Amino acid sequence: MKPQQQRRLFIKGTLAGGAVVAAAGLGLIQPRLVLAAWPTDAFHSNSLEEALNKVFGSSTLEASDKVVLKAPGIAENGAVVPISINAEQLENVESISIFSEKNPTPLVARFKLKPGCVPEVSTRIKMGESGDVIAVVQAGGKLYSATTNVKVTVGGCGG
Amino acid sequence: MSEVKIRAALKDGKCEVKALLTHPMETGRRKDPAGNLIPAHHIQTVELLHNGNLMVEADWGGAISTNPFFSVSLNNVASGDTIEVRWVDNKGETSSGSVKVK
Repeated sequence: MKPQQQRRLFIKGTLAGGAVVAAAGLGLIQPRLVLAAWPTDAFHSNSLEEALNKVFGSSTLEASDKVVLKAPGIAENGAVVPISINAEQLENVESISIFSEKNPTPLVARFKLKPGCVPEVSTRIKMGESGDVIAVVQAGGKLYSATTNVKVTVGGCGG
Repeated sequence: MSEVKIRAALKDGKCEVKALLTHPMETGRRKDPAGNLIPAHHIQTVELLHNGNLMVEADWGGAISTNPFFSVSLNNVASGDTIEVRWVDNKGETSSGSVKVK
């Protein structure tokens, strides 16, 4: 390598390193929070099966009555549909995920729980139209699910 | 920056944590009155910490409702412990809040 090339590499390296230091100094880099990998592919998947495969590496679900999914039978406002999931009857729950089959991108949310969490989660989601809501609980290397149909009278994703 | 409201209540040996975040949660699919797409702007990652230890890490898409609400429950929480919730969105904006368990 010619000395000139080496010098260029050195300058490049210094600039890149400097940017990281500057960002850290401004508090822009919060370890874990910003660096945590948001699963872009899974959230952009437009079919339930693809989304399941991207999140879990499998789309094989075992319907289980140990997953208790509560959702309204009829949602008057698709922009705010309350969902709650309880999986206290399962052991070693690692995550609880919510899918809305008819949404343009079915994956809504995934909650990863550390030991010490009670395996129950509640939130409010948007549904574009009537369809199935699927709760998927990952426990002991298996995927347990519960499904319920929600009728939406006014969609939550319209313009 | 946007507010994070947290309530943490001890009940039957568990601590139920409810959090209300302030965020537009735009999916990127809505249009403004002029017919232009409103760019996606939503929370992507939410973390819940108990005395500084990460307990819940959630990944969210734009299908969580505007001004998101969520609740989770923790074991082994005592009065005086700290519960913190923080989030980062797809534009890199962040906010956080914390409460002491009564």
